Amino acid sequence: MSRYRLMRYARRVGVYVAALGFVTFAAFPFYWMALTTFKQNKDLYVSATNLKHVPWIFNAAPTLAHLKLLFTQTAYPQWLLNTLLVVVAVVLITVVVAVPAGYSLARLAGSWGEGMGIGIFLTYLIPPTLLFIPFSRLVAILGLQDSLWSLVVVYPTFTIPFCTWLVMGFFRSVPWDLEEQAMIDGYSRLGVFFRVVLRFAVPGILTVVVFTFTLVMQEFIYALTFISSVDKMTVSLGVPVALVRGDVYHWGALMGAALITSIPMAIVYNLFMDRFVEGLTLGAVKG
Amino acid sequence: MAAVEIRDLHKHFEGHRAVDGVDLSVEDGEFVVLLGPSGCGKTTLLRTIAGLEEPTSGEIRLGGRVLSRDVPPRARKIAMMFQSYALYPHRTVFGNIAFPLKALHTPRDEIEEKVRWAVRMFDIERYLDRYPRHLSGGERQRVALCRAVVREPQAFLLDEPLSNLDAKQRTTARDELKRFQEDVGITTVYVTHDQVEAMGLGDRIAVMNAGKVHQFGTPAEVYEHPADIFVATFIGLPPMNLLESIEALAPAGMLVGFRPEHFLPRSAFGEDEDVTTFRYHVRRVEYLGSERYLYGSLDAHEDPEKPIIARLPAMLRLEVEADRTHEFAVHSGQLRYFDEESGQRRDPPGAARGRADA
Amino acid sequence: MRLPFGPIELPPRETFADRESLLAKVMLAPAVLYVAVLVGIPFVLAILLSFSNARAGSLSFSWVGLSNYAAVLSDPTFRRALLNTVIVTVAVQVLVVILATAAAMVFRAAFVGKRIMRFFLLLPWAVPITLAVMAWTWIFDSTFSVVNWTLKVAGLLHGWLYWLGSPTLGLIAIIIVQVWRLFPFATVIVLAGMTSIPQDVVEAAIMDGAGFWRRLFQIELPFLLPVVTVAVLFGIVYTATNMSVVYLLTGGGPADSTHVLPTLAFQRGIEGLDLGQGAAIALFLLPFLLVAAIGMLRIARRSEMGSP
Repeated sequence: MSRYRLMRYARRVGVYVAALGFVTFAAFPFYWMALTTFKQNKDLYVSATNLKHVPWIFNAAPTLAHLKLLFTQTAYPQWLLNTLLVVVAVVLITVVVAVPAGYSLARLAGSWGEGMGIGIFLTYLIPPTLLFIPFSRLVAILGLQDSLWSLVVVYPTFTIPFCTWLVMGFFRSVPWDLEEQAMIDGYSRLGVFFRVVLRFAVPGILTVVVFTFTLVMQEFIYALTFISSVDKMTVSLGVPVALVRGDVYHWGALMGAALITSIPMAIVYNLFMDRFVEGLTLGAVKG
Repeated sequence: MAAVEIRDLHKHFEGHRAVDGVDLSVEDGEFVVLLGPSGCGKTTLLRTIAGLEEPTSGEIRLGGRVLSRDVPPRARKIAMMFQSYALYPHRTVFGNIAFPLKALHTPRDEIEEKVRWAVRMFDIERYLDRYPRHLSGGERQRVALCRAVVREPQAFLLDEPLSNLDAKQRTTARDELKRFQEDVGITTVYVTHDQVEAMGLGDRIAVMNAGKVHQFGTPAEVYEHPADIFVATFIGLPPMNLLESIEALAPAGMLVGFRPEHFLPRSAFGEDEDVTTFRYHVRRVEYLGSERYLYGSLDAHEDPEKPIIARLPAMLRLEVEADRTHEFAVHSGQLRYFDEESGQRRDPPGAARGRADA
Repeated sequence: MRLPFGPIELPPRETFADRESLLAKVMLAPAVLYVAVLVGIPFVLAILLSFSNARAGSLSFSWVGLSNYAAVLSDPTFRRALLNTVIVTVAVQVLVVILATAAAMVFRAAFVGKRIMRFFLLLPWAVPITLAVMAWTWIFDSTFSVVNWTLKVAGLLHGWLYWLGSPTLGLIAIIIVQVWRLFPFATVIVLAGMTSIPQDVVEAAIMDGAGFWRRLFQIELPFLLPVVTVAVLFGIVYTATNMSVVYLLTGGGPADSTHVLPTLAFQRGIEGLDLGQGAAIALFLLPFLLVAAIGMLRIARRSEMGSP
């Protein structure tokens, strides 16, 4: 083997080792979730000072006991249902509000629309951390404390700005000719929006649905501030808050809940990642 | 069907005068072509007729009805065909053609009937269930024509519809378009920058530049008797040769022009014909099969930037060598005179005398 | 030939649905209103609350001027939380940029299994953050920590690491989790930016004999700068304003030593019922957000002017 080929070979191995390193760092907690979910307690709760007991592998037969506990003796199924309800309601509000707004910014609004667009985008940067205290007050005044409706009302404040920005990009990609053709063909400006343009935004709207879904799954502060009853919680609040409390730490059930929630999210997110990045970077970079 | 009347139409974009005072009368059933270089305002004029642009001032009438700014495109009884054909990609051929009818809430069986009638006329019945992406350029044009015709428009507007086709398809598509227009007898306004298309299709041509109509006439009028220097040089390939201040031919301040195909060796004319002769130094000969282009200069007129071009048909077998000076001539009747200052065409200087002689 | 059908009735005049400028406003209005009412009002309310002695559960309050701010600024726990926020935010951005650029370089080099690797790489970003933090809490558990076991077996650790039980280790754990959560996202952004590097420029540099490092610093990084800036600005917002990581990992402990501004605001404002002081603490996040907002506006403006 020539020196050149040897160097290339070495570089190749280097690339793989580095890639494996990054992937290990990224994926390790998930491996740990999976392992914990299916380990028997006697395999799980062994002090790390016991160097003979290797925690990286199954030392006893895997078990479904933790998952059974999770689904039969905790509120986890209820949390899934609550999350789903909130997601559906928030998606509806977001789509109804953000899709027309995105079209308005992309096509109809003139120079003042540009400023509006940037304004809407900037509100996306105002985080829940800044607003949860006044919101706790507002929610109390509205009588929505400890109600899923509080989340339904508040979550669109961050889904609407982002999704407006996102669908705006999709609407911009619709050829002008088509819209004008439809106007000639007998449709009003509004008719064009419903009959021609909306069809092009379907992938965008799908992305909005997925994005809203992930955001609701991620959100923690508002849920923690507004919701106190265990049976009203969403998954992202219930799992860390209501499964840990008590005398026994149900790490097996807890990691099971994390795992079961994570898998579909990861798959969906992977499919839509490119669109999100586009939405964020193009939105921000290309204005 | 209806006539289109345009009166003193202006369309300004932030100070730029895209359409700058246009008057145009298109008669009922007439095929009018708006011809001009890109950016001359022809597309803006068309879009203003369609209602896609609001005019800054002026008036448009269609069949006597004033199309003011509160008449949206959908209420104008017009059809329009875009360069891209703008077929709806998510609809089948049937869906595309039926789309304008659905806007009118036409009953389902009537839609069916009209679409069938249209596709039969254009012989595309077998494509009804296909999507536009599965059609060739020519087939797309037919679908677009079907979609235009089912609305029974009073006028048909076309924006460079052939420019997306390749050269071969273009000839067939042009023929098809013209036959369709003659069959249906619909008033048509057609925008193009291609003079061959304009000459071939138009009953009349409006030659436009910088937002103004320079000449509005039949193809023969526009070609034979260009109204000004712009029309003379824009129409015709190669363009008209223009000579500055030749005392023998015209008084000072006048330009003399003649078309390359009228500029032939002296020996091609009869001895007693009324010709004007030039000493023509031929620099280069271009053999093009059906004809020859000669590039050169006149003794009286030397400008290497603007060669004088002669266009000899193939049947003219005379030998013409490069780098030689030859005796060339133009029929005196084919000379055109222009005012150097205004660019407008002028009567030949001898015309008054000629008339007197008669 | 005439059309074999009767005449068609068209709407004679325009209606609301034809009026573009009006439609534009009507379609945009709900979004603007929603955001104005539900972001604007709470935002103003946050500022007002910070000047009051409002407490949760009672509707009466009075203005107390700057006394909330004075109390907060003289409070060592707050000063510690502010410092922690800065430390964590800065450290995380530095680590994320380095890791993400390196990871993007590695992942750009073509190799088999790229898709599956990408899937694993993106897991941290996809998963609900609170659940992931619980996994890390378990990983850093004082008795059962797999990290400690592995370090001990490898012979790198002689004593014992109480990860979430010491101020320094707690902060390190927080930084690790935040980096873990953010670097995949940044990697994807940098990868997207890399595709925008004109290949002819890179090839010209190779022809001119530029080595790997020179190519990296003089050609690729300048091209990546705008996109990396976007990643960093988002990163600042995400890190500085995040509450769940610290709240669930250390709870601000031990002895309030690992608080960041959001967790302290929550502890004082919600758990301690002192809305005024909580609002005042949260408002100290504004400078972080301002930096991000101004940075993004400048990038947006620059790309509007058409520079590459």
